[in-house]
This record gives sequence, C-alpha cells and structure tokens, in this order.
Amino acid sequence: MAIRASAQTLGSRGEDIAVRFLTSRGYFIIDRNWRIREGELDIVAKSPEQVFIFIEVKARSSAAFGDPLEAISKEKALRIQRLALAWLATHQLLGAEYRIDAIGILIGRSGEISIDHRAGVL
Amino acid sequence: MSLARTQSISLQGLRGELVDIEVDVAHGLPSYSLLGLPDAALNESRDRIRAAISNSKLQWPNKKVTVSLSPAWLPKSGSSFDLPIAIAILLAQGLVERDEDKKRVLIGELALDGGVKPVRGVLAMVIAARDRGIKEAIVPLSNFGEASLIRDIDVVAVASLGDAILWISTGQKIEQPQLSIVMEEQSSCDMSDVRGQDSAKFALTVAAVGGHHILMMGPPGTGKTMLAERFTTIIPPLSDDAAIEVTAIHSIAGYVSQRGLMMTAPPFIAPHHSTTVVAMVGGGSRTIRPGACSLAHRGVLFIDEAPECASGILDSLRQPLESGIASISRAHGTITFPAKFILILAANPCPCGRFAGRGRACECSSLQVRRYMNRLSGPLLDRIDIQIRVEPPTRAAMSDENKEESSKTIQRKVLEARERAKARFTQFPFTLNSEIPSELLRTEFRAEKSAMNHLHQLLDEEAITARGFHKALRTSWSIADLKSLPRPGIEEVRMALELRQSRS
Repeated sequence: MAIRASAQTLGSRGEDIAVRFLTSRGYFIIDRNWRIREGELDIVAKSPEQVFIFIEVKARSSAAFGDPLEAISKEKALRIQRLALAWLATHQLLGAEYRIDAIGILIGRSGEISIDHRAGVL
Repeated sequence: MSLARTQSISLQGLRGELVDIEVDVAHGLPSYSLLGLPDAALNESRDRIRAAISNSKLQWPNKKVTVSLSPAWLPKSGSSFDLPIAIAILLAQGLVERDEDKKRVLIGELALDGGVKPVRGVLAMVIAARDRGIKEAIVPLSNFGEASLIRDIDVVAVASLGDAILWISTGQKIEQPQLSIVMEEQSSCDMSDVRGQDSAKFALTVAAVGGHHILMMGPPGTGKTMLAERFTTIIPPLSDDAAIEVTAIHSIAGYVSQRGLMMTAPPFIAPHHSTTVVAMVGGGSRTIRPGACSLAHRGVLFIDEAPECASGILDSLRQPLESGIASISRAHGTITFPAKFILILAANPCPCGRFAGRGRACECSSLQVRRYMNRLSGPLLDRIDIQIRVEPPTRAAMSDENKEESSKTIQRKVLEARERAKARFTQFPFTLNSEIPSELLRTEFRAEKSAMNHLHQLLDEEAITARGFHKALRTSWSIADLKSLPRPGIEEVRMALELRQSRS
C-alpha cells in the first residue's frame, strides 16, 4: 500500500535525521530499532555525559494535525520506559543511569527540517 | 519566564472567594494538567482554551502546561475560569506583556473562536472582588450591565480574548456599552383590577405592613391568584442595597437578562405545586443554584393550590421561614442563600373546589375535605399569621362603577405604616411587626388593657391557643399602624382575630 510505504519512509527518514542530529551533538549511537514483543525503541544512545538515552522519534510532514510530539501520550511514554528497562536488563546494565528523550521532526514540503529535542520527558 | 499568575472569583452561594490561577509552562512532552478540584465544566476548559488561543492567531504552547487553581481545597466549578487561564498561559509564554502590579480579576467563558461568553453570577463575583480590595474586573461584554452596578471597582467589558489582551498589554478598551442602570419595567398589574374583595384586600394590606405570611382559601375563580400577583405592587419597593442583593441572587440562577436589568420591584415567584424540594429551597449536584424561596428573597413567594403540593415541599419552607436563609448541605460544605420573603398560600376549600357559600355544589365527603386540609401541616400554618376566606364577589361588587383603590394609594398607606413601625423598633434588631418576639408582646409591645383582657379571656375559654394569642397581637400591631394608632385597642385585636378565622 502506497500510504503505508510513505509513512514508513517518513518514519525512517526522521530517525536518520535524528541520528545525524544526535551524533553531531556528541551522542554515541548504540542501537537502532531494537524490537521485542512489547514494542520498539527507535534509538538507544549514550550521551557525552555517559548516560544511556532512549529516544522516541516522531516525524511529520506538517503541523496541521498538531505538534509531532503531541502524538506521544502518557501511556506511550510509560511503554517506552518499560522497553528501556527491558533493554538495560537484556544488556545486563540494570542500575545504570538512563534518561528518556523525545525528538519531534517536521519535514517541510520543500525539504526544510525543524528538529525539537526534549530531554528527560518522563 | 514561564510562570504566570492571574486572579478570578469562585462562588459558593452568594459568597465569592478569590482564586489564584498559576500557570507553569515547562519543557517535556506536550500535556495539560489542571489542579485544584475542578468540576466537569472546568476540566473541559483545556479544549476550549486551546481552540480559542489558536483561533486568536496566538501560539498554544506545545509543552508541559500545569495550571493550578488555589486555594486547592476549594472546589471550583463552571466555565468562568477560561479567560483567566488563557491569559495566564499567554503571560507565561511572554506573548502578552505583563503588568502584575494591577489588582485585577478576570471572569469569562471562552468560545472556540476566541469570543468571550457571558457567565452566571457575575454580579456576586464583582461584589466579592471589590470587597477583597480588587481594583479592576474584566468581564464579558454581555455581563457588563450587571457588573457595572457595583461602585469602587473599574469594570472593563471584553468581547473576545483579543480584546482582553489588548487591554492588558496596551490599555486600549473596546467601545464600552453606554452605562445606564436600566430599571426593570414596572409591572402593569394594579390592585384596582380586582373588583370587590374588600376584606381580602384589607388582609393583604395588613400583611404588607407587618410582613405577615398569608393563607387565602376560597373556591376557584374568586381572584386569589389575581390578588396575590398584585401583592408586590403594594409592598415597598426595594432599597438600593436590597436591589443589588436580589439581582445578585437572580444572576447566580442565570435569570438576569443580557442587558443586566437591576431588579427594583420586589420579586414575585410562583412555583407550580408539582415543584420539587430542590427547586424550592435550592440545590443541584455540582453548581448549586438558589431555589424559589431564595429567588423570592425580599419579595413574595406564592404557592397556588398549596394542598396539592407533594408532601415535604411545603415543610421544606419551614427552615427559611424561621431563619430567613436557605442552607444547602453538600459533602464539601454548606452553602447558604438569603431567603426572607412573604409567603402567600392559596388553597381551595376542598378537593373538588366547589365548596363556596353554603357549599351546595360540593361533592366531597367531610373526610376528604379534612384530609385535603391536613396536607397543610400544623407547624407550617403556625407561621402564617393571617388566614382568610376569599368568597366569590357579589353581583353588586362586580357591577359597581366606582373606582377601586389603586396600588399606588395602598402602597402609600403601607409605607406610612411601616415608617411608624420602624420608628417604634429603633432600639430592637427587627423592623417588622411579624418579627416581634413573644415575650416582648407581653411586655414592651402589649395592646391596650381592654384588648389584653379580651385575649386573656379567650385564652381561658380555650377559644384561642397561646400561639394564636401572640399571632393576633402581632397582626393587631399592623392594623394599628395602618390606622396610625399608638397602640392596638380592642377593635384592632378583634379585627386581627377575624383575620385568622378561615379554618373553623
């Protein structure tokens, strides 16, 4: 289906943009699209301060339906936290300092990009 | 800075509390939380405010918005907080220039297009704000009339969120409505409309002088309702303070019209006999509204077909009749509304209503009649000083060409009589004859000796009860005032006894 394909393209394009953005800020990318039955973590990174960061990326092509970050409900944020703990447990890192971030990306029609990084949203 | 504060008023009955509205806009996922015991209408404010801000071409913060209404323990209800919350959100984002030194309250509900809609109870809110030292009130344009009745506070009318912002940041007002205290139209009824019924008119005049409650019994079609409707035209008009108080109660009930009429005539409230206790004394689950007896404050409460009322309705009036206030208890506290009124009850003499004259047409058994009358409970009737029969007008009265006495003339007599009573009661905490306590009736406010002897004799013969004794005395004082006598004599006492002979 065309619609689905384009949604996926937009999502993965957004994640690529987020990765570049984070790398340029001195973050080290550890994992991408880590998936278990509960769901998926978009990006796992380590901050310059050596803190594990779990990042949810939301990309939109327009703000007509609201800010991209509004799509992250309280329930979704809590699920990301559970996934983060699961990731830490899988890698035997439970107890390590971690943080949950969100990145909202708007990709305009002519290709202009705006990035909104919110740290520690939970 | 991402923190801002505005103020508004929360109403508990007629009392208003100052409420601080604090808004914090913080980083984090977009969310909106409202703290401080909001009710359903207030919880819906988020969507209204958001649409109003966006449609006013302003930025809604896609951040973590926390709104706190304090004092936190006070339950808050209604939509009047929309405007202060919206302004606080804009202030917190720095989209509106702040001038926080100003002691100001904001009142208003927001429409989705950014318009400001009228709310209930603005008059009482503005009074409360003024009493708490607030210097300025921003109110919806449609509520401007009632709000501007209050002196010593600047009232600014706004029609939209944009207007409010303009005023706060630049001091520019939209065109304010012309300030004219619109007097409520005088009722077109007049006592002279009623033919005959001289004794009933006299009883009503006495009731108007002393503030006595009255029961009128008589077959249908004799003019009971007409008489009751015209009773407000013979009692004194409301003083300025009373008019504001009465208008404030009606404003809370949502009955003040858009132009904000000031009620200058005493209210006449006539609930149907199928009414409920809540409608009578006030209530409601969240927003507590005044009932019929508070709407009749400083006026007249008229209940037609009183024995047809469901049990409990009439008795629910006992507390307001006793104390002059209606109090409504809820889990979060007791709310009171003033409820000082003159009660007029009308009743048919029997269930079929045809017991007139010698009662030939009546089909009711004596038991039926007794049951019917028993629905008016003893304790309630105890509080009714005057009980009269209204008989069908005679042919002579109906065809009489002479002009009946007009309301104006009767009202003048009532006013003069009340002046006399007031002068007599200067050292006492009451102003009406119906409020004289029993012990004072036996000491300070005795009737003449012969009259007292007559009453004591009736008491000995068990023709009247002790309560009837005191009631007759109170009524006789009103009759004496009407006749400008210094003290009621035997004649006045006899007339007073006459005025409670309906139920023999």
